[in-house]
Amino acid sequence: MARFIVRRLVGMVIVLFAVSVIVFLVFNVVPNSNPAQRLAGKNGTPQLVKSIEEEWGFDDSLPTQYVTMMKKVFTGELTSYSPTLPVDEQIAERVPATLSLSIGAAIIWLFFGLLLGYLSALKPGGWLDRVLTGVSIAGISIPAFLLAPVLIYFLTYKLEIFPSGGYVPLTEEPWEWFTHLILPWFTIAVLSIGFYSRVLRSNMLDVMNEDYVRTARAKGLSERLVMRRHVLRNSLIPIVTLFGLDFGATIAGTAIITEVLFNVNGVGSYAAEAISKYELPPIMGVTLYGAFFVVFVNALVDIAYAYLDPRVRLGASAR
Amino acid sequence: MSAPILSVADLRVGFATEGGLLQAVDGVSFELRPGEVLAIVGESGSGKSVTAQTIMGLTRSQNSRIEGSVKLEGEELIEASDATMRRLRGDRIGMVFQDPMTSFNPVYRIGNQIAEAMRAHRDDVSKQAARARAVELFEAVGIPEAERRVDDYPHEFSGGMRQRAMIAMALALEPEVLIADEPTTALDVTIQAQILHLLEDLNRERGLATILITHDLGVVAEVADRVLVMYGGKVVEEGTLDEIFYDPQHPYTWGLMGSLTRLDRPRPRRLPQISGSPPSLLELPQGCAFRPRCPHEFGKCAEVPALEPRLEDAPSHRDRCWLTPEEKRARRVVEGQIGLEAPAP
Repeated sequence: MARFIVRRLVGMVIVLFAVSVIVFLVFNVVPNSNPAQRLAGKNGTPQLVKSIEEEWGFDDSLPTQYVTMMKKVFTGELTSYSPTLPVDEQIAERVPATLSLSIGAAIIWLFFGLLLGYLSALKPGGWLDRVLTGVSIAGISIPAFLLAPVLIYFLTYKLEIFPSGGYVPLTEEPWEWFTHLILPWFTIAVLSIGFYSRVLRSNMLDVMNEDYVRTARAKGLSERLVMRRHVLRNSLIPIVTLFGLDFGATIAGTAIITEVLFNVNGVGSYAAEAISKYELPPIMGVTLYGAFFVVFVNALVDIAYAYLDPRVRLGASAR
Repeated sequence: MSAPILSVADLRVGFATEGGLLQAVDGVSFELRPGEVLAIVGESGSGKSVTAQTIMGLTRSQNSRIEGSVKLEGEELIEASDATMRRLRGDRIGMVFQDPMTSFNPVYRIGNQIAEAMRAHRDDVSKQAARARAVELFEAVGIPEAERRVDDYPHEFSGGMRQRAMIAMALALEPEVLIADEPTTALDVTIQAQILHLLEDLNRERGLATILITHDLGVVAEVADRVLVMYGGKVVEEGTLDEIFYDPQHPYTWGLMGSLTRLDRPRPRRLPQISGSPPSLLELPQGCAFRPRCPHEFGKCAEVPALEPRLEDAPSHRDRCWLTPEEKRARRVVEGQIGLEAPAP
């Protein structure tokens, strides 16, 4: 198991290196115009462009340019130029909001997704299954930009249950943090709840036909144990993969729309702002940040996967 | 003769399907005594597995119709509650399945899966005790390095070893009846023999009553005491091993025998086979179900023959065929083969 984890972490570093090279190419090399001009932004003065050119070493060879860029990223010298603000601090400031949003939403979608899927699969075709299928499909079909205004309109303006948006740090006022995030959490989670419950349901129905489930029944296990220990456990394996991708992607960017709609000042709204102001360095920073979380979460997921399915652990070491 | 431990009487199992009621098992009766091996033989779809699973209560569902009687030491199981059936399964009736590769849950250690079976029935068994018992069982079924291998995962076992582990699991609580559903079908021939001998030994040592379901007459000849031949959900012939092998009465049984390749006979140009394929249970032919495939079919076959003794000196040998015993004996051997073709006129 330890070997597996080390191998997975080495893999993670390699992927991140590849991502950083691609980011470098996409931002600084591929577009057919002066990269310094683009980095300076819409209102970049000729002096600014000139100083950026020197700072980033755009006259050097590509590998040197790459090294210069990565040095800036790692030493925190990556800055936006209008106004001049360090990107890493801007991101770090907003990470708590984005993580609060993503982690909370993930807990909600996992909990409800798995619960609804499990209940659906117990009696496939029964009335509960049919109701939950309808709910799931509705959840999958409603886009966030429609759901959010509807929730805000009814629950905030009409019923005045929840605040309309904004973010209160957890460390300052936990209750306010919670009430401010409930609507954005559900806005993100609804899609995944529907999706996960469908996936779990169909996984469970597949697993129920497995020979080992029949064996479990033939041993005289209670139906509850058969479902939880044998059916559910094996059905969760594909869910874990899905969760790794979705959770990484939520931190990295799905939250953008929700952050903007609910006025949560997280990394997503920082990126949205940067895009609207045509500022490249923040976008570059957010891209790298997003890639890091996607890759990191997936490494964690692979480790969880190996824990759930012993066959995975063997993989390379058995060869 | 000791009292039967398991008696099945006029068991009928039907499944509601889109095409109508599928009568998978149609009036099967037999008795099983301690220490006896009863083989149930037949092609796919003959109802042999459904019979076994119904005894275990595993065919119960909204779509199944189960009638008749299954008694375990006098206790009726067909009417028993699900909770009662759950308590019986694994404890008093053990089951070994066909494919050892897929019959263990891949994510749990084999020893834990055996312990799970024990702990489902005995609350007072500690984890350590269950593990110790699993090691003991591994040794009993001939798995080397038992102490170490109970902690292995199923994928770390070979097919033969898994089937041994499966048998160990079925025996964990010392059941009185063991149902082995094609226990050797998925194994190599050399491993098959080992597993059969293991079953035979256990049977002798522990007085276990065994139902062996198979389509392989070689397996039957090896271990069975009595044989039930099933076709289209019905028993078509029943008798002791010798009766069935030396004096088979039903043309279907001849067909099964004739399909065995024999090393002591000249090699046939073509491997013998029973022509046609098993009937759909939704549209069984009228009368004898084997009629469309039977070269000896005649007018009377439009009526279903009863399963009854038709030989004077062998009351335990029963079959469902209208031919007289003399006709049968004359017809079943054709050119050194058992009756696959109609006799020359």
